[in-house]
Amino acid sequence: MGISVSNISKSYKKVNALQNISFEVKPNELFGLIGPDGAGKTTLFRVLTTLLFADEGVATVAGFDIVNDYKKIRNSVGYMPGKFSLYQDLTVEENLDFFATIFGTTIEENYDLIKDIYVQIEPFKARRAGKLSGGMKQKLALCCALIHKPKVLFLDEPTTGVDPVSRKEFWEMLKRLQQKDITILVSTPYMDEAALCDRIALIQDGKILEIDTPEAIVKHYPKQIYNVRANNMYQLITSLNTYEYNHSVYPFGEFVHYTDSRTDFNPEELKAYLESKNLSHIEIEKTKATIEDTFMELAK
Amino acid sequence: MLPIIFVMPILQLVILSNAATFEVKNIKFGYIDNDHTSTSRALIEKFKASTYFNVLTDFPSERLASSEMLNGKIDVVLEIPHYFERELQKEKHNSLGVTVNAIDGAAAGVENVYITQIIQRFNKNLKVDLLQVSDAQIQPVTIESIPLFWYNQTLNYKTFMVPGILVLLVTMITLFLSGMNIVREKEIGTLEQINVTPIKKSQFIIGKLFPFWVIGMGLLTVGLILARLIFNVPMVGSLALMYFYTSIYILVVLGIGLFISNFTDTQQQAMFISWFFVVIFILMSGLFTPIESMPKWAQIVTEFNPVKYFVEVMRMVMLKGSGFNDILPQLLKTALYAFIMNGLAVWSYKKIN
Repeated sequence: MGISVSNISKSYKKVNALQNISFEVKPNELFGLIGPDGAGKTTLFRVLTTLLFADEGVATVAGFDIVNDYKKIRNSVGYMPGKFSLYQDLTVEENLDFFATIFGTTIEENYDLIKDIYVQIEPFKARRAGKLSGGMKQKLALCCALIHKPKVLFLDEPTTGVDPVSRKEFWEMLKRLQQKDITILVSTPYMDEAALCDRIALIQDGKILEIDTPEAIVKHYPKQIYNVRANNMYQLITSLNTYEYNHSVYPFGEFVHYTDSRTDFNPEELKAYLESKNLSHIEIEKTKATIEDTFMELAK
Repeated sequence: MLPIIFVMPILQLVILSNAATFEVKNIKFGYIDNDHTSTSRALIEKFKASTYFNVLTDFPSERLASSEMLNGKIDVVLEIPHYFERELQKEKHNSLGVTVNAIDGAAAGVENVYITQIIQRFNKNLKVDLLQVSDAQIQPVTIESIPLFWYNQTLNYKTFMVPGILVLLVTMITLFLSGMNIVREKEIGTLEQINVTPIKKSQFIIGKLFPFWVIGMGLLTVGLILARLIFNVPMVGSLALMYFYTSIYILVVLGIGLFISNFTDTQQQAMFISWFFVVIFILMSGLFTPIESMPKWAQIVTEFNPVKYFVEVMRMVMLKGSGFNDILPQLLKTALYAFIMNGLAVWSYKKIN
C-alpha cells in the first residue's frame, strides 16, 4: 500500500531528469528523498502524483498504477508542492474549506487529523493566505493536503525557506502523522533533516545513489573522518587541498572534515605539515561521518 | 479588481461614444476671393452660415493658401476666379476651384460632399436671381431626391455607435479576463495543486468561466442603462432577446479566452494573443467600417468573427426591433461557434503533461 517505483525514467528535451529510478516505500514509512537542487526530486514527485507521464517504467502509489488508476490516486494522496500554491486571496479558512469541498469532504469530518496543526494557525483563520508568514503557509498547505485523509502524503521540499524552529516543529508533525496510518514521501535538500526519516534515498542528477536507513548509510562511509581546526580557516582549507595525501576536504561548520587517502594515517604528520604552513592552534580529532559526508563521498 | 472591471468600461463607453464619430465637423476653411463682387461674397456667406465650417481665412494668393494647407492650418481652400459674377451672367455657367486636404481620405470625401451641397444650393438660388424672362422657356426640369433615413432618422451618430461600443466592451473585458485567468493559476502554481485533486475538467472549467459570464452580463446591463440614460439610444427591440443572444455570445468569447489560456504559459503571452484577436475582431466587425466595402477575401474572414454577429444583432434588435426569427442566422452561427470553441478548450485543457 506504500509506494513502489521501478525503472522510472523521464527526460526533458536534452536533460535526463530521472534515470532508471527504482525504490519501495513501505506503508506508514517516513521516506526521505535527499538531494541537491536539480537532482530530479520534483520531477519524481510530479510523476508519482500523476501530473507528469514518465517516459519509461511503472509505479504504484497506495496500490494504484500511476497511469491507469490516476483518478483513484488523486483521491487518496495529498500533495504539497515545493512552491506555496494555495489561493493567496482566500483566507486560511476558505482555502481549507475549498480543498475539503473539492475532495468531497468537510473540515469537521477529518478535523482530528489536522487538529494539531490547525490549532496553530486558527488564530489567523480570517487572514488571507498570501499574508501569512512562511511557516504558517507551510502549516496551512499541510492542512489542505491532509484534509481528505490521504493514504500517501507527498511533501516536496516542505521546509525550504522556513525558519529553524518551524522546521523542527514541522518534522515533529510529520512524525505524529506517521502514527496515523499515513505513508509519507518527503524531499529535502537539507542533510540534517535526513536523519529524521525512517529511510532515505540519496539522489543526484536523476540517479539514486543509495537507499537505506540514515544510520546504515552513515556506517557505510568507508573512511575515518577527522575534524581539523586552525586559527585561519581559509588558509587551512587551501593548505589541506594542496596536501598530497588528502582524499576529501570539506568545510563543516567551524571544522574542516578531512579524510586521508592512506590507510596508516598519522594525525601528527598532518599537524606538522600544517604548522609548516604557518598555521597555529591546530586541532585534529576523529569524528563520525554524517549523511552530508556520505552524500559528498557518493556524489564525488 | 471589480471596480476596475466596471468603471473602466463605463468611462470608455461614455468617452468613445462621444468622441469616436465619423461626423466631419469644425472643418478649417479658407478661401481666395479673386472676384470681390456681391455674388462671390454671398457664396462665402453660405459657408460662414454652415455649422460644419468654422475657421474662415481670406487668402490674398493661392501660394499663401497652399503653404497654410501644408502646415495643416486649413483643410479646404475655395478659389473664386476673376470675373466670377460677370462670367456667370454672361455664360450661365462657371467653375470654382476646391482644394481638399485628403490625408484622411474618408474625411476628405465627406468635406467634398458638404462643399458640393452648399454650392448647389447657392447655385439654385442664384438661378432665380439671374434668371431673365427669355430664359424661362429653356429652364431644364430638375429631379430632386428627398432621402428618408429609417431606423435612425436624424442620422445621429451615437445611436449607431453606442450599441457597437457596448459590444466592444463586453468582448474585451470577458476575453481578457478569461484568457488571463487559468494562465494566472499556472503562474502562481495553484493549478498544480488543483490538478492533483479529483475535480473533473468540466467542473473546473465551468467554475472558472461562470464568474466571467456573470460579469459579461453585468456589463451589458450597465451599458444598456447608460445608453438609455446618457445617449438616449432608442431600444426598439426586445431586451430579453438581447440578453439571450449575449448569454450565448459570451460563451464564445470565454471559450476563446480559455483556449488561449491553455496554450500559453505566462499572462504576458496570453495578453498579447488576446490583443491580437481583439484588434482583428474589432476592425473586421463592421463596427467602424462597413463589411460590404471590404475586399472579398476579407468578407469571408469576417464570417469567422463572432464580434461581427454581435454588432449586427445589437444594432438590429436595438434600432430596428428585429425579432427572434430575424436574428436566427446569427444566433445559430454564434451557438455553433460557442460549441466548437468550448469543446476545443475543454479538450485542450490537460490535467497531465
